[in-house]
Amino acid sequence: MRFRPAGPSALLVEVDSLAQVRALHARIEQERARGWAAGLVDVIPAARTVLLDGVADQSALAEDLRSWSVAPLATWSGRVVEIACHYDGPDLADVAAQWGVPPERVPAIHAGLDHEVAFCGFAPGFPYIAGLGGGHETARRDRPRSSVPAGSVALGDEYTGIYPRTSPGGWQIIGRTDAVMWDAGRDPAALLEPGDQVRFIDVTAR
Amino acid sequence: MMPASGEREVRVRRAGALTTIQDCGRPGYAHLGVPRSGALDAPAHHLANRLAGNPPGAAVLETTLTGVTVIAECAVTAAVTGARAVVRVDGEPGPSGEAIELGPGQVLEVRAARSGVRSYLAFSGGLDAARVLGSASADLLSGLGPARLADGDVLRLGPESRPGAGAPGALNGQPGCALGERPAATAADVGAGGPAELLIYPGPRHDWLASPGLAALQNGPWTVAPESNRVGLRLAGPAVQRRRGELASEGLVAGAIQALPDGNLVLFLADHPTTGGYPVIAVVDPSCLPACAQARPGSRVTFRLAQDPFRAG
Repeated sequence: MRFRPAGPSALLVEVDSLAQVRALHARIEQERARGWAAGLVDVIPAARTVLLDGVADQSALAEDLRSWSVAPLATWSGRVVEIACHYDGPDLADVAAQWGVPPERVPAIHAGLDHEVAFCGFAPGFPYIAGLGGGHETARRDRPRSSVPAGSVALGDEYTGIYPRTSPGGWQIIGRTDAVMWDAGRDPAALLEPGDQVRFIDVTAR
Repeated sequence: MMPASGEREVRVRRAGALTTIQDCGRPGYAHLGVPRSGALDAPAHHLANRLAGNPPGAAVLETTLTGVTVIAECAVTAAVTGARAVVRVDGEPGPSGEAIELGPGQVLEVRAARSGVRSYLAFSGGLDAARVLGSASADLLSGLGPARLADGDVLRLGPESRPGAGAPGALNGQPGCALGERPAATAADVGAGGPAELLIYPGPRHDWLASPGLAALQNGPWTVAPESNRVGLRLAGPAVQRRRGELASEGLVAGAIQALPDGNLVLFLADHPTTGGYPVIAVVDPSCLPACAQARPGSRVTFRLAQDPFRAG
């Protein structure tokens, strides 16, 4: 665990893997629920870091974190969310070429992987869903699209993302879902939160 | 048409270049990708509310460079703070930084900013706009909250507070609103006579700087580029060279200064994205963020390095 101050009142904690991020983030939320570090305003997990914003004493907080033994987690939130996906995206062939499989195999492979929301970012409700390990990491498009439709299911690096609203984007689009990723009038507004497991259901033929 | 009995409203005669509704924003949702948002010049926001008899975090108008004109549709106490701008009531000179009593039909005009960028207009009772995740702030990055003002809009006001509700400590249940003392000089005056000096802390990714490292930030001044907005200031100046490579996206705080591949800098303000992949080489002290909010395009800033607040050893 490495500690990097981000200004006078935030601390960026750096670890070595996504698995360590999820274990650390889960422990932080557990401790917060018990009243630890009451001044914290935002805790933002990412690929290799957890940012704690609203830190009164950076040294004391770092000492606490260092003293915890954070065991790897088997599962986290326990929530499983199913996403019905039409695998008919414009980049299926590119993804198939990167994976070295025929395009018609991509849906079964993608839906068969274990997916878990690592973090959110880019836009409200945009999930970075980890699960493309083992040779399924996917390079982004050379030229981003100026407009990616809401509901697009797309791959970038080790993640699957789902666009909550139409926006520019550079990820490889393999499909689309009718699931509403973000609804500010709903509670919770975000369909997927860090720690949720995601099961993609292939509904292309239906 | 007069509003129905009991309704309190103001009407927008001239919306200006970009006028939005702002309060203290949406702290606590960054892990879902929701920006903090909220008034950029927080002390000016709080002061306007206090003068209008509101809790400091109540929703106000935030203008951008060209001001705004509104018509009171009811008796209302208003206040204008922030950028230095001529204020007129029914065409006659009016005060800044003081309570203004308006009667039905009276016109309050805030002219173009002479120094600073953003004026804050508070109305007794506060603006009663629809809240998203607890806030009425317009977030221009993600599109949350009310639309920017348009000519002819009618803005509803809440009920006026009890006397004393605007006293220090009355935070209207909103987290993230620390109440400052009334500043002697406002942020709009910072940098009016020369470059604004911003206090910065190194890191978290200053190790991504190529030689000469952080010393590169003492070369300035940097010029605030015209494409700056509520998301951040774009700063053009001596190129800041960083090493090559890709950093995985990580969380961002307000005041974070990213080094872009082209050598320019971005200094993030309230509507900043929650995560980013360019290295953050330094973070501006929160006390300097109001001055950043009031830094006009073409104005200049320099950096002064603070002692590293923490050494992990």
